[in-house]
Amino acid sequence: MSTSAGVPPATPQDLELEQPSTGRQLLGFNILWGIVGGAAGYALGHWLGTRIGNHIHAQMATDQDDIANLLGLLLATVGWLIGLGFFNYPVGRMLGRPATLREREEHGPWRYFRLCTDHKVVAIQYFVAVLFFFFVGGLNAMFIRGELTSSNATFIQPGNYLTLVGLHGTMMLMMMSAGVLGPLGNYLVPLMIGARRMAFPRVEALTLWLTVLAGFILLSAILMGGFATGWTGYAPLADQARGGMDAYIVSFALIGISLALVGLNIIATVMTLRAPGMVWNRLPIFVWGLVTTSILAVLAAPVLLAALFMTALDRTVDTSFFVSSGGGSPFLWDNLFWFFGHPEVYILALPGFGIVLEILPVFARKPLWGYRVAVSGMFGVALLSFMVWQHHLFVSGINANLRPFYMFTTELISIPTGIIFLIAMGTLWRARIRYTVPMLFSLAFFFNFLIGGVSGVYLSDVPSDVTTHGSFFVMAHFHYTIMGGLVFALMAGIYYWLPKMTGFKLNETLGKVHFWMMFVFFNLTFFPLFIVGLRGMPRRVTAYDPSLHGLNVFVSISAFCLGASMLVLLANLVWSLILKREQAGANPWHSKSLEWQLPSPVPVYNFERIPVINAAPYGYGLPDAPPVADFVGPRVPVGEGGTT
Amino acid sequence: MTRRLAGIAIALAVLIGLVILYSSEFLTNAPAAVPASVQGGTAHLTLQTVPTYGHAPEPDWVSYLVQDPSGHWHHSTIFKLPAHSLVTVTLYQYDTSSGLRNPFLAQVRGTVDGTATLNGKPFSTASSDEASHTFTVPDLGLSVPLSGISSSAKNPCSAAPCPLSNDHNTITFSFRTPGPGTYRWQCFVPCAAAFIFGNGGPMQTIGWMSGELVVS
Amino acid sequence: MEATRIPEPSEPRHAIRIVGIWAGLTVICVPLVIFVLGPHIPPGHASQQSSDQHQINVVLTTLATPIVLMVWVYFGYAITVFRQAGETIVDGPPIDGNARIQLTWLSVTSAIVLGLAVYGTIDLFSASAAGAGGGQGPNPLAKPANVGSALEVQVIGQQWLWTFRYPGYGGVETATLALPVNREIAIHVTSLDVAHSFWAYELGVKADAIPGSDNVVYVKPEQIRSFQVRCAELCGLWHGHMNTTGRVLSQPDFGSWIAQQEQQYAAVTKQLPPYSHVYYPSPLRRAP
Repeated sequence: MSTSAGVPPATPQDLELEQPSTGRQLLGFNILWGIVGGAAGYALGHWLGTRIGNHIHAQMATDQDDIANLLGLLLATVGWLIGLGFFNYPVGRMLGRPATLREREEHGPWRYFRLCTDHKVVAIQYFVAVLFFFFVGGLNAMFIRGELTSSNATFIQPGNYLTLVGLHGTMMLMMMSAGVLGPLGNYLVPLMIGARRMAFPRVEALTLWLTVLAGFILLSAILMGGFATGWTGYAPLADQARGGMDAYIVSFALIGISLALVGLNIIATVMTLRAPGMVWNRLPIFVWGLVTTSILAVLAAPVLLAALFMTALDRTVDTSFFVSSGGGSPFLWDNLFWFFGHPEVYILALPGFGIVLEILPVFARKPLWGYRVAVSGMFGVALLSFMVWQHHLFVSGINANLRPFYMFTTELISIPTGIIFLIAMGTLWRARIRYTVPMLFSLAFFFNFLIGGVSGVYLSDVPSDVTTHGSFFVMAHFHYTIMGGLVFALMAGIYYWLPKMTGFKLNETLGKVHFWMMFVFFNLTFFPLFIVGLRGMPRRVTAYDPSLHGLNVFVSISAFCLGASMLVLLANLVWSLILKREQAGANPWHSKSLEWQLPSPVPVYNFERIPVINAAPYGYGLPDAPPVADFVGPRVPVGEGGTT
Repeated sequence: MTRRLAGIAIALAVLIGLVILYSSEFLTNAPAAVPASVQGGTAHLTLQTVPTYGHAPEPDWVSYLVQDPSGHWHHSTIFKLPAHSLVTVTLYQYDTSSGLRNPFLAQVRGTVDGTATLNGKPFSTASSDEASHTFTVPDLGLSVPLSGISSSAKNPCSAAPCPLSNDHNTITFSFRTPGPGTYRWQCFVPCAAAFIFGNGGPMQTIGWMSGELVVS
Repeated sequence: MEATRIPEPSEPRHAIRIVGIWAGLTVICVPLVIFVLGPHIPPGHASQQSSDQHQINVVLTTLATPIVLMVWVYFGYAITVFRQAGETIVDGPPIDGNARIQLTWLSVTSAIVLGLAVYGTIDLFSASAAGAGGGQGPNPLAKPANVGSALEVQVIGQQWLWTFRYPGYGGVETATLALPVNREIAIHVTSLDVAHSFWAYELGVKADAIPGSDNVVYVKPEQIRSFQVRCAELCGLWHGHMNTTGRVLSQPDFGSWIAQQEQQYAAVTKQLPPYSHVYYPSPLRRAP
């Protein structure tokens, strides 16, 4: 049913389209056909790779056909995308069909299982995928801590332990890179800027389905013999590793592509689709956080792809990019990887800053203190993050002239990070704080990130880094910043925005139980690890000095309790979203931000009338402050399927 | 409502099942520990090293095998030994030479008299280029180089377990086990064919060229 | 909007209270950190380099204490005092910035950061620290004063064992590490296969072993004791087991130890390649 210009749809129900039967839903391009296509692609690629590998003596003698693995996984990706329907539009255009902006939209549960160009559907798909892989990574962490309860005996086979460690690290980093950009960024960026869609809806769906595939390809490393390098994939160990390394290469490459495309999409959306009146200094700080993140993603991810491609060549056709005997150098991998790797950790941290600075004003009931300084701080972090990467290589034998320079730049990056703390402190000055679950997580963010940031200063100082590099101190540092920072911020974002995304309230009591368990046990797990590292325990080991046994057991038990707190989150989600389903209403948090002026869940067309923006969403404390936007624009007609 | 609860229960059951499968089939999957035969306070360990395993899952990989007290050959590298005891090792070496990456390991270290025997003749230093494998337990300071058979041998073995009728070298040595514990051992010759540095594949997989001594 | 309001008489002077609590806690905690915690901060005093790292770690911890306390006291105060009083949601005052405070904060943090960077650089290049125990690559810049008379020891990392060569003693290679006390030592770390990292914990030495690369690190042991050698870079299956115990011996003891090692390994020393800072063992791959 289509409406002509000037005649608005009376209610969203008017947009309900006739649902095709379940049979037709199953036959259309969806995830089931994606799996079939992926399997077919893998079989074809593997067969092709074996035919090629049979002519390379080395591939035959190792009983490990890396060419078959890589080609199989690459063609599996193509088959997966074909099955999901990503080639329909390009092929249709090549065959002369007219250009359309978006696919025909349908309502109903099946749209979550296929290529859907509604950014809100993509966000929820991302949410489920990221949460699932987060739990998989977390489960691996539980096994790691289980193994470390003994200082000598192993219940996990030592070779598989390294794969376990690599799976935990790689899964978490891959998924958490898109952890905010995916679910929250895709959902909220158009809403916060007053747009009806993302700039490239089909690309957005592509990034989601590549992420899902990447997660499963990484898990398939188990079936290929595992990989022994950890998430950092250091060469030349990576050249020597078993077939699981190929799964790591392809999955990480897909995530790299996905990250770059998500970044591109967000930047294009924010630059071109802002509503009238949405000038740059009215943009919510969360959007600024994602814009800076996206700049990093677009610039850093391609470097990772190049490095992974070189590893693939080393493993298959005997190039020597990273092998000194052949004229290459392991330092090439180190530098390429960390040139990506350091911006990567700020891709993880910046969205966290964006979330907590967005949430703090709502529950402090005060404007964001120092909006312009906060934005400058974020840009400062983004810029400096490209200039610090060699601090991972202080003792590797890099040119000794470089060490003071990178010590300086790394210490410099604590200045913009400190600005974020200043903004938070200013926002809390004489505030009227409400202790809701999102606020609790946001406050805990600052507690954790302080410890993480201060430990980073130790690591940035070269003499101190000699004490702590490669030990559990580094482990504790990055868990405090990434888990204590980003994951806590993500939890805040989940509790804050899920009522908007789903329309259902999350249980407050379960939320508080989750928070307190997670906060207490997180600190009990990771703070002792600073001490463990300072006392000489290297990373990624199963055996350690018996004098550290007591501490390790304490940490492991705390870690199990931390895992249990995640189960509380899961229980809350199942209870609130599937079983109880209590309506949340349009603005349960009494926020002045634009997305909260819309119904929950947000209708498919986002804005019935395109808003005209009056102010930044931080007008607390002013009784005569204008509303953040006036919905006085013309009722822009909604096209067929409820879209424009 | 009951449908939703049933759905949740089924999903939970499937996930728990997958976790159990992951833990038992992958994480804890290790070769079975094989005990050495003990006679009168001395343990006897009989091993062989084969050039190609010849069966699934990795037919082209080099491997160690161990004989259990009943004479049956097992594809395992985890050996059970008694603590504080003398252990005599007889090793049948069926593989050709690869050469040591670090010739330091061509010296016999850590055996009871600092020597080992090669086909009956005692030696304390082998030729580094002729080394085919080593049996090294770094934590015990024990290392014995295992010389390779000639590359023009007429009757090489191609599938494990190798019978004594195939060309081989016999190396014997003795060492004393310390107190209870798990001690890792490995081969130090880069013998993994076609892997970079010769250290990939079997060299870094337990059950092939590396394992553990479980001393109790 | 600038917030230049004078607090109303009925409103407590929050800033004074916060600063007061912070000052009190700082006065208590900083001496505790320096005198009670300080001596226990790793890595100890077994070598000149580890003493140097110890000093830096104590300085960093002492500096971090008032900063962490400031943030904790402020947040703690804000969370306790600036709460919503009842059930009604009430807005706070519309303060959205204060340029003076922002500028002060930026200046202070910049000064601290610059100070730390300068201090770290000076320390790194000081003759006593001589690189503070971290590997400096093949062309080290921070050298000890009497580098010419340093004892050269090579540490070779391989999967999964450390071996050590003494070029001044016939190029003998040993499986255990012994060093003479009170002597400048130039350790050249390299690898035969993948990346490892030589970490002598109590001596405060850490240098990556990269194949094809010579990583030089200087150390001067000052105590006769044993020390743990671990691998600090993931190198494969037995990375966590690549451990050994090294010893610092008196100079006469070291002399007799190295003579005994030369005798013990005389036969195999003939088979070793000539001493070199970098080795390229061949072939790269064993022929199938």
